[in-house]
Amino acid sequence: MLISYNWLKEYVNVEISPSELADKITKSGIEVEMVESLNKGISGVVVGYVKECIQHPNADKLRVCKVDIGQGEVSQIVCGAPNVAEGQKVAVAVPGAVLPGNFKIKKAKLRGEESLGMICSLQELGVDTKLVPKEYSSGIFVMPSDAEPGSDALEYLNLNDHVLELGLTPNRADCLNVLGVAYEVAAILEQDAKLPDTSITASEEKAEDFISVSIESLEDNPYYGAMIIRDVKIGPSPLWMQNRLMASGIRPINNIVDITNYVLLEYGQPLHAFDYNRLGSKEIVVRRAAEGEQIQTLDDQNRSLKDTHLVITNGKEPIAVAGVMGGATSEVQNDTTNVLLEAAYFASSRVRAASKDLGLRSEASSRYEKGIDRNRVYAAAKRAAGLMAELAGGKVADGIVEAGKREVNMYSVKMDVSRMNNLLGTTITSEQTAAIFDRLGFSYKESNGIFEVVVPTRRPDITIEADLIEEVGRIYGYDRIPTTYLLSEARPGGLTASQAKRREIRKYLEGAGLYQAVTYALTTPEKSTHFSYTEDAVYPISVAHPMSEERSTLRMSLLPQLLEVLQYNQNRSMEDLAVYEMGSVFINRQEVLNDLPEEYVFVSGAVTGVFNEHLWQGERKTVDFYVLKGILEGLMSELNLSERITYESGEIENMHPGRTAVVKLDGIPVGLVGQLHPALQKEMDLKDTYVFELNATSLIEAETDQMVYQTLPRYPSITRDIALVVDQDLPAGDLFTVIQAAGGELLKEVNLFDLYQGEKMEEGKKSLAFSLKYFDPERTLTDEEVVTAHNRVLKSLEEHFGAQLRK
Amino acid sequence: MKDRLEALKVEAIEKINESHDLKDLQAVKVAYLGKKGPITEVLKGMGKLSAEERPVIGAYANEVRDSIQLELEKKQTELENAAITEKLAKETIDVSLPGRPVKQGNAHPLTAVVTEIEDLFLSMGFTIAEGPEVETDYYNFEALNLPKGHPARDMQDSFFITEDILLRTQTSPVQARTMEKHEGQGPVKIISPGKVYRRDNDDATHSHQFMQIEGLVVDQNVRLSDLKGVLETFAKKMFGEDRKIRLRPSFFPFTEPSVEMDISCFKCSGKGCSICKQTGWIEILGAGMVHPNVLEMAGFDSKKYTGFAFGMGPERIAMLKYGIDDIRHFYANDIRFLKQFKNA
Repeated sequence: MLISYNWLKEYVNVEISPSELADKITKSGIEVEMVESLNKGISGVVVGYVKECIQHPNADKLRVCKVDIGQGEVSQIVCGAPNVAEGQKVAVAVPGAVLPGNFKIKKAKLRGEESLGMICSLQELGVDTKLVPKEYSSGIFVMPSDAEPGSDALEYLNLNDHVLELGLTPNRADCLNVLGVAYEVAAILEQDAKLPDTSITASEEKAEDFISVSIESLEDNPYYGAMIIRDVKIGPSPLWMQNRLMASGIRPINNIVDITNYVLLEYGQPLHAFDYNRLGSKEIVVRRAAEGEQIQTLDDQNRSLKDTHLVITNGKEPIAVAGVMGGATSEVQNDTTNVLLEAAYFASSRVRAASKDLGLRSEASSRYEKGIDRNRVYAAAKRAAGLMAELAGGKVADGIVEAGKREVNMYSVKMDVSRMNNLLGTTITSEQTAAIFDRLGFSYKESNGIFEVVVPTRRPDITIEADLIEEVGRIYGYDRIPTTYLLSEARPGGLTASQAKRREIRKYLEGAGLYQAVTYALTTPEKSTHFSYTEDAVYPISVAHPMSEERSTLRMSLLPQLLEVLQYNQNRSMEDLAVYEMGSVFINRQEVLNDLPEEYVFVSGAVTGVFNEHLWQGERKTVDFYVLKGILEGLMSELNLSERITYESGEIENMHPGRTAVVKLDGIPVGLVGQLHPALQKEMDLKDTYVFELNATSLIEAETDQMVYQTLPRYPSITRDIALVVDQDLPAGDLFTVIQAAGGELLKEVNLFDLYQGEKMEEGKKSLAFSLKYFDPERTLTDEEVVTAHNRVLKSLEEHFGAQLRK
Repeated sequence: MKDRLEALKVEAIEKINESHDLKDLQAVKVAYLGKKGPITEVLKGMGKLSAEERPVIGAYANEVRDSIQLELEKKQTELENAAITEKLAKETIDVSLPGRPVKQGNAHPLTAVVTEIEDLFLSMGFTIAEGPEVETDYYNFEALNLPKGHPARDMQDSFFITEDILLRTQTSPVQARTMEKHEGQGPVKIISPGKVYRRDNDDATHSHQFMQIEGLVVDQNVRLSDLKGVLETFAKKMFGEDRKIRLRPSFFPFTEPSVEMDISCFKCSGKGCSICKQTGWIEILGAGMVHPNVLEMAGFDSKKYTGFAFGMGPERIAMLKYGIDDIRHFYANDIRFLKQFKNA
């Protein structure tokens, strides 16, 4: 909301500067986002009188004017505006003047003619083109004839004013008008707010002889009032009104329309002026539109209505969409003489529905949507009618033709001073409280510290005690509220086990060399299903109104976005990358989403390029499957899950079929690790990329034993190495399993220390060398015991796999 | 014979001293003290000596042998030390060459900020509450005093999935869920960090996905002045001990009274600069006393219990703290950006 400082001063006595005022308003609850000076660096612009205006001898588009700039001084000024003419009062920038943008005016010669300054358009004086009245939009601005040559033009044009831009929260719709802000400022500055003059002198004619009004539903339209103003003469509104409209961001049109806009800004009451002679009947009927009913609105658009929209009709067809926009047929035009002035209270839900469906948001509709002051409707109507009489020569017919109830009763809210002090932590007295309510203009009764406050209808946001406590608190000043510390008993805070484990996982992965990424949860429908390793049917979850296809569907895997991260970085010439993310994925197993989807925390990583590098020592290791598997093995050890995790080769969409393992916890899939499918790598223009994805929720929820200390070995262990020859395609994991099972209790550690598959091997065979460590914590092992166990291992390996010792 | 021994001693010691390495030394040792060496020879000839001479010469021979042994050991130590010194000299490396890098990643700056805030509130006795990112309309809006058709719903255009299910627009539904679980019994003392979603076009200051941290305390006798105390502690720990805070009245549907908290600008200390837009103050968070409707809806008696809530944006805090100029940096994950937060 833009509030003119000068206009505001008409209703409340303000003796401080605009910026001081803005500071006080902000501290009391309404944020002043900006204080804008309408003078954008202008000096030396005066009123001039164009005494003579002749064609420039050497230029078709220029005129040479003799302009009286006061004290009998007449300057010759060359002007290019098409609308400059003899007898006009205009704004003249004399030599030495400065215009916005630090544009200095100097004596000049234009095509041989001397020019002592410049006749200005409003745009040249810093007014936004879209606010300049249409007739002056491509020429100079013509000032009223009573303007005094030589006097400060900025005064006439109100360009010495300041505009306060208020950032209003939805509860303070009462400040969507100058009067509302005047009440607020009056409370802050301990002043009284003065109301505008709403007296009218009615003519002999009676409004009810011209029109009748009926409302179909009082719920949709609780009140409708119509006034008749006859014999108006359409013309421009006075400059002071135009100035205030422009300062408030509204372009002046003509006196009648300007008056409705002016009173809208003043009272916050939307008004509409119909051309009475063009109504097409002598009645107003407010009803719901029929589905598909048509209306041509003021902007000459044909609009199709719905039955949730409210329309003003002439008994037959719509002449306006209630609270949103008038119809073209009954629009006020230059030849309009009789005006029907509408002042109504429409339900915000009706206005919102129509404004949203038609894509029309106006000063009027937004006010109806946020709620207007019911008890101000009639006053605003009288104010506008009075101005139409005064400024457009109209005759106001007696009375207002109404349907519905003009005013509502005010309600009261109770507030207990002691409860207020308990809530705020203050010691504000009843007297201080009473004084604050006086400043706010709220009437009240008080006994024993209990206030019963009658809430003015301009403040519908106040409905409960806490609302009144806030009013008192903010006017009292939040900076005067002390700083205290919670009285409640001290209880230990702390992370839950799950939260602690998530932090542990993050720390581990960072320690392992991965950078944490945070990506978007919304992706494309196609990518949302990538990398699924579960067999169950899942349904993608898409939002109803996405901002783009790219961000339309919730992810079921973190990997598609992590791959985008790699892509983004590779495109910027960063080739060696290791990132991980921990975040939620959303799994929906319902064909129609009735219940919330399942959410799991996943932790995933993507690595490409060189992982370990120490060039001058000749070390340069590109990432491979085992780098990632090693990271996962370390993580599982960190989580005390190593014994329960298995890695089984598996085929997963978008993964390399021969280089991918499904990670299982107690035999149930909890993730994957492997290389991206080369086809996808190519499609995304990625180098060889290895990824992992784990359902962290499953890993964290897996019950693990409390860690128990193992006594350090007091007896020596015995190590035996074996090199085995087996079939090439036999997974090493199977050998581990058999060795461990056959070795029994005494076999405490099995390590693979060599893998050879090459020329020296028989076709289709490979050699694996294991180191087996036997020991008994209770005693020293005998050779015999070890030999027995070890032979068992060898025998078992031969039985299972035909494994032979390598010679 | 004694002279012979004396001569051998002199000779041996001379040879020992002439030895340049352990091999030479070993040869000397074998030559003089070995089984076939001259001293053994001398001792073998002892039988020819008289009974008087025999112990004297025997003792002298042992003496000579011991001296040579001692000299040998001395020389051996000397040569060994020399060998070590020489070896060490050869082993000298260039310590100025760069070390082998240890692969080490780090947390995302948003995580760093959230963790810092979490730890601060954990130390004040708060716990961390979490909830789903896909929420019901009830917990996201209605339970927070935002019934259907409420104008404040305009403030946050939302990603609805169905009429009743949406991506949460705030972490406040976690507050509603937590209060409900407490079944009307205080105290509740939580913070809830998490991701939230709004229908915004992504630009330098807007992101359709961002993070929030909210706090909630519900108990008997919780006051606005207590909120001020908690927020002041927070502001000083996050932005420096000499920060001042300022509360301004504001509006949120789920709190009444509602406030916004500004901190004195950490760049200019309140004099006015570009960070604080010449005001000396920086807006940090919104807060207020929990609206009685919200308490009642969650099963708390609003006559008995009061509470405060606050909410802030980790992106904003990170941007202020580290001087980041574009919110999109957080989600682009440029590795050169991420790497800068090693010490965050």
